[in-house]
Amino acid sequence: MAARLTSPGWYRALLYLVIGLAFTLGLSAGLRAIYNVDPVYSWQSWLTIALLMVPLFFLAGIGCFDYWWRWARGRKVIDDHADHGAHSWKDYFKVNTDHKVIGIQYICVSFFFMFIGGLMAMLIRAELAQPGRQFVDANTYNGLFSIHATLLIFLFVIPVFAGIANYVLPLMIGAPDMAFPRLNALSFWMLPVAGTIMMLSFLMPGGSFAAGWTAYAPLSVDAPIGQTFFTIAVQFAGASSIATALNFLVTIITMRAPGMTFFRMPLLVWANFSTSLLVVIATPFIAASQFMVLLDRALGFNFFNAAKGGDVLMYQHVFWFYSHPAVYIMMLPGFGIISEVLATRARKPIFGYRMMAFSLLAIVVLGFTVWAHHMFVSGMQNWIRIPMMITTAIIAIPTGIKIFSWVATLWRGVLKMDTPMLWATGFIVMFTLGGISGVMLAMVPLDIHVSDTYFIVAHIHYVLFGGSMFTIFAGIYFWFPKMTGRMYNERLGKLHFWLTFIFFNLTFAPMHLIGVQGMPRRVYDYAQQFATWNLIISLASFGLGLSTLIFLYNVIASWRGGPRAVANPWRSLTIEWQVSSPPPIFNFDTVPSVVGGPYEYGVPGAVHAVFKGAEVPSPVPAGAPTSPATEH
Amino acid sequence: MGEETRRGPVSGRTWAVLIAIGLAASAVGIALGLVIPWFPTAGSTIAHKIDTFWDVLIIASVPIFVGVTTMVLFSIWRWRQRPGEESLDGPPIHGNTRLEVIWTVLPSILIAGLCTYATVLLLDIQSAPAKGARVVNVTGQQFAWTFSTVEHGKKIQTNELYVPVGEPVEFKIHTLDVIHDFWVPQWRLKVDAVPGLTTSYSLTPSKVGNYQVVCAELCGLGHAFMRANVHVLPAAQYTAWVQKVTTPVGAAVAGAVSNGSTSVANVGRQLFISGNPATGTISCGSCHTMKAAGTTAQTGPNLDKNLAQDPASAIRESVVDPNKEIATGYAKGVMPVNYGKTLTKQQIDALVAYIYKSVHRR
Repeated sequence: MAARLTSPGWYRALLYLVIGLAFTLGLSAGLRAIYNVDPVYSWQSWLTIALLMVPLFFLAGIGCFDYWWRWARGRKVIDDHADHGAHSWKDYFKVNTDHKVIGIQYICVSFFFMFIGGLMAMLIRAELAQPGRQFVDANTYNGLFSIHATLLIFLFVIPVFAGIANYVLPLMIGAPDMAFPRLNALSFWMLPVAGTIMMLSFLMPGGSFAAGWTAYAPLSVDAPIGQTFFTIAVQFAGASSIATALNFLVTIITMRAPGMTFFRMPLLVWANFSTSLLVVIATPFIAASQFMVLLDRALGFNFFNAAKGGDVLMYQHVFWFYSHPAVYIMMLPGFGIISEVLATRARKPIFGYRMMAFSLLAIVVLGFTVWAHHMFVSGMQNWIRIPMMITTAIIAIPTGIKIFSWVATLWRGVLKMDTPMLWATGFIVMFTLGGISGVMLAMVPLDIHVSDTYFIVAHIHYVLFGGSMFTIFAGIYFWFPKMTGRMYNERLGKLHFWLTFIFFNLTFAPMHLIGVQGMPRRVYDYAQQFATWNLIISLASFGLGLSTLIFLYNVIASWRGGPRAVANPWRSLTIEWQVSSPPPIFNFDTVPSVVGGPYEYGVPGAVHAVFKGAEVPSPVPAGAPTSPATEH
Repeated sequence: MGEETRRGPVSGRTWAVLIAIGLAASAVGIALGLVIPWFPTAGSTIAHKIDTFWDVLIIASVPIFVGVTTMVLFSIWRWRQRPGEESLDGPPIHGNTRLEVIWTVLPSILIAGLCTYATVLLLDIQSAPAKGARVVNVTGQQFAWTFSTVEHGKKIQTNELYVPVGEPVEFKIHTLDVIHDFWVPQWRLKVDAVPGLTTSYSLTPSKVGNYQVVCAELCGLGHAFMRANVHVLPAAQYTAWVQKVTTPVGAAVAGAVSNGSTSVANVGRQLFISGNPATGTISCGSCHTMKAAGTTAQTGPNLDKNLAQDPASAIRESVVDPNKEIATGYAKGVMPVNYGKTLTKQQIDALVAYIYKSVHRR
């Protein structure tokens, strides 16, 4: 037992957790005693400090810092790769440095929170099925939509993309792992911490945080203790994002295989490069906004107290300076996935590859110039609305280039309409709709009427569900054979797509209409005139919710008992498909050399990468195995 | 398909058919987009302009969506992989500079056009209010609205908004607590009520009718119930209304409430209908229906029904500690809990007596 409590793992994590609780209690009481605050014990003070510090005790206990700590003390560090790679399912519950294990950990944890967030959406729709009170009270309702959005943004869309890229990206660029494997592990373990904190807020007196995922001050400053859980959980999710983004940047810049120039990188790598730039630059801003709220709440700072010289609009500026780029953080990796799926499934090179890469960078730059379009009715200075409208509308141009180039990639291809391809083509159509309503929203005179209405709810779901979620499904199905070594069930996959596609549109399309007609968002009750549409929307949303169960069943059943996957079931050219499924523990036995572009389908004899030591391949059809590594 | 092979280039005839389908689908889409009754009644002079702008946006958007969808569906229909094509690759087309220039330039022109239109329209909406326009101060607080204006040198303060039709109004918007948002959907304009700032917009109501102020910014528990009635009246009726509320009986509110010189029943009635804006006391009538007071709001329970069986002590409890017992179907925490603080004991006595008498009339 003593050994269990001193070596990394769950037992030590629990022990450290208890120590952390005791330590923070002492710290809180000690500080209050020094300042003569009566009473010395305050559970709210203890809780606030504990939320900030106990997660660090937990992370230390589980083993995120062991190596660094030994090294820092000048002790001998052992590089035996004992914590690298998974040998049984239990290894997925430990700190692991293998990017493939971390990728799976990321994806599974993200989907866990997706199902919880989705369940909350079901409760929201159940409540809204009819006017008046149905199941929950106003406080619980406000909490449900706040946590629904927060979980799905911070604990699902952002990290699941990080998870997919974690698994795929090092393989794609021919790297044995990420640049900083231990930092990678720490990034992952901060996620369940953040998610757990968010959900624990439901247990608090006064209920969970209920000021929306935007947590506008001063509402969030005056809210009950549950709000503190949001301000602190976001810090951990944000720190996780930043660390991963740095890791991706360094990995992409320094660890590409010989011969892989920037313009030979698959677009998924480009997409994550762009996303990581956004994350590194923008995420500190949301951290700042939430720290300011926390200081206002806990220590009586007056950042957002107008009566004491605070500035309420400042919160929104700082918040959206992150949260607008965040919508690209939630979309660009999906763009990358779609490019991979389309090129492989259409058996054609990506149309206008360089413009696809440049448009990603254009979106990164423009993404920082548009934040105040979320504030057209916020009461900020009027004149700034026109420049912000123009920059926002301009983003439609690089985005349009991407959509048109994808369509041109389909043109004259040999389109294999299997599950990933259905999601990819479905994405193009749905995201076009979301993009169009985005341009409409950029137009200030219209936005004044529809902002804070269900039109916004419709738009955000067309972009984040019809957009991001569709790409996530495309990516999960696409790389499922690589990640698990098993094939998924194609029929269930297609069924999942069609049910989702139909119910998604039935759920969210009518919201455009009721929004313009005047139904505000974030309301627990609504006028009688919206009753019919809300009932239809609620019924459709239950269908949408049920359709994800098909996905869940397919994934679990296929993972356990699906047919074995070959190394390259899709005849893809990119490097991750040239190694076994799943790949060997250090990815490559011989370092690949990149000799051409990633999407040279249809070019006779074209090869993206060759493996040194292997015979130089004689011309073979595109996508055929090119190295002995595939025989693992 | 004639001389055209399925995997060969697309013939001119097929292109013609595709374009025809695209145009027809766009026409149907646009027609549908224009027929759908998207907006509520246009109740201000700028509402029509915004609705027209929406139509223009529909006309510009539908062909883009139809175009992308048509191309995707056509590609799938014509080029999907058929049995025997499992190892076939498409032609290695890497790009086409001319095409890429076209789909960069054309959307840019469209965007430039829409932005210009939007800018002109926005400047129109933002144009300074006419000189001498009526100013209405709008104050939001969790979870009710107060409106005040000056007519003939007399201040009028109400929980429902009264404005004359056809005359420009400037709204100056304030808040006593968190952020709210002042929105009348029929007027199409909204702006946040921001702590520490006075925000504003002006418009000219163009249609007589009863509308609702909708709070559009999440402001807490009662956000969904933060509504106020809006009455757009013909000029003559508005003048009559001003006359009515500025006659001494009505004007006695403030004085009566503070010095108790008027009859107790009158104090109770005034508090019920108008509250006491000086101390931030929201009127009961802005949320509750009660026949005797002539109020019709539906945010909270109908008092005639819900209090008819209650003794005065229970009514007092409902005023001072509203969360203790909640009427079926209504949410906790929506009604302000500050009546015990903002009203004096005499005022509460008067209010409770008035409500008791009113709901027990039968």
